[in-house]
Amino acid sequence: MLTAYLEEGITMIDVLTQPFMIRALVAGVLLSALAGYYGVFVVQRRLSFLGAGLGHAAFGGIALGLWIGIQPLWIAIPFTLLVGIGIAWIRDHTRLAADTAIGIFFSVSVALGILFLSLSTGRNADAFSYLFGSLLSVTYTDLWVSTALVLTGVATIPRLWGDWAYATFDSEAANVSGISTRSQDMLLVSLLAATIVVSLKVVGILLVAAWIVVPAASARLLARTFGGMTRLSVLFAVLTTVTGLALSVVLDIPTGAMIVLVQAALFAAAMLLARGD
Amino acid sequence: MIQANSLTVQAAHRDILKDISFKLPTGAFLAIIGPNGGGKSTLVRALLGLQKHKGTVQFGTAESGAGKGSNRRVPIGYVPQIKTLDRSFPALTEELVATALKKRWPWTIDSACRTIVRDALRSVSAEHLIGEPIRNLSGGELQRVYLARAMISTPPYLFLDEPAAGVDVAGTADMLECVEQFRREHGATIVMVTHDWDVAMHHASHALVLNKEVISFGPAHDAVSEDAIRKAFGHVGHAHGVFGGGHHHD
Repeated sequence: MLTAYLEEGITMIDVLTQPFMIRALVAGVLLSALAGYYGVFVVQRRLSFLGAGLGHAAFGGIALGLWIGIQPLWIAIPFTLLVGIGIAWIRDHTRLAADTAIGIFFSVSVALGILFLSLSTGRNADAFSYLFGSLLSVTYTDLWVSTALVLTGVATIPRLWGDWAYATFDSEAANVSGISTRSQDMLLVSLLAATIVVSLKVVGILLVAAWIVVPAASARLLARTFGGMTRLSVLFAVLTTVTGLALSVVLDIPTGAMIVLVQAALFAAAMLLARGD
Repeated sequence: MIQANSLTVQAAHRDILKDISFKLPTGAFLAIIGPNGGGKSTLVRALLGLQKHKGTVQFGTAESGAGKGSNRRVPIGYVPQIKTLDRSFPALTEELVATALKKRWPWTIDSACRTIVRDALRSVSAEHLIGEPIRNLSGGELQRVYLARAMISTPPYLFLDEPAAGVDVAGTADMLECVEQFRREHGATIVMVTHDWDVAMHHASHALVLNKEVISFGPAHDAVSEDAIRKAFGHVGHAHGVFGGGHHHD
């Protein structure tokens, strides 16, 4: 992408100030902050597989949207929410563990996605932009939805963060304190699902789980408190996303992959730092 | 006063607790004793409204209905079994104690809150642990921290589930002294699950011997009889010295 521009005599500054690039950068910053924020609950509740599961569930919704010709986001968000609720329902009402439920929904959603894609002709290129992420495809709609999600996320900090954190530490104690953990879990999974769906254009289905988990995991290695872990995770997620985005343009490497590689490098550094602690 | 009326807990059509009724006067210290799998922890969870059950529980004049998560408004301090704690959670002692004040996990701790937390920790001789990550605490230290947390808002009821598990004898004695003192100073009603009959005899005013149903209930010295223990456990082989009999298997 960049080489093509440079061959035409366009400078790096020109590339970085292109509207698509600014949209991608803003979306990246907003969504990475959310990923870092919700990621701490995912990591501390040992739900890393849920990120992968919801990412792949979104594939089914996106393919459905592409097939029936509706903006995939509007189909994928409710589709992924339903899958999230389905996973929680199976966990609560059967003898199966959450990871089994995730495994089932994961594959069923991918199978449905493949079916819908095979039915829709000529839209496979769109599907690829979700699979691997594509900066060019970030639209203003994505930006508005990201902004709404960030405002919602900020609104959860004064009350819900503390409730979720308490339930993460000890859901029974949280219950005794009057927190209705089941409905709050549902809300957390719903917000996580929406964040994952909107993030797909930046990082892609295949890497979205890492995008949610790695900054929080790095923060976990360095933080002494859960509040500190949350702040550090958001900071790590935003920094690695901006760095990864910039590097992906400079090195002409797919963005999602570059971001996750930068995050992996940060994780390695956190491991080294934590060992010396 | 705690009154349980026909508490029954079932799982997979099997009775875990059957028709439990008792009335504990205010200011009493109840020890719940019985064999493993006899439903001691389940009873505590049912009393606290954490376990789905039939029957009713009454705290003072406030009644909580059957079912799970009933709208109990009575403040109760609860010291859970520490073996269930997630030690991988990044938390400091002061945060864990502050959850009892804030009713949610604290984002940060202000100085007013820290003062109250420090006082609560001092009352269980654990003030020095205030800034310690919880993963560094020993079982006994953690138990005292939990006790400070349970007592911080001076609740009229204090529940302890197996406080002696994983704690050495001296640590247990210190802790029970703190519980006794709390009961004397505030007139609190204490409910404690224990497998240690000595503890039941020395600290408790009342005892409930439990094996899925009430074997005996009453003042500790009456309720913990050789007959009741034999019925609950099937034998008295573990009652070292309690009845002056030593080992005596059926």
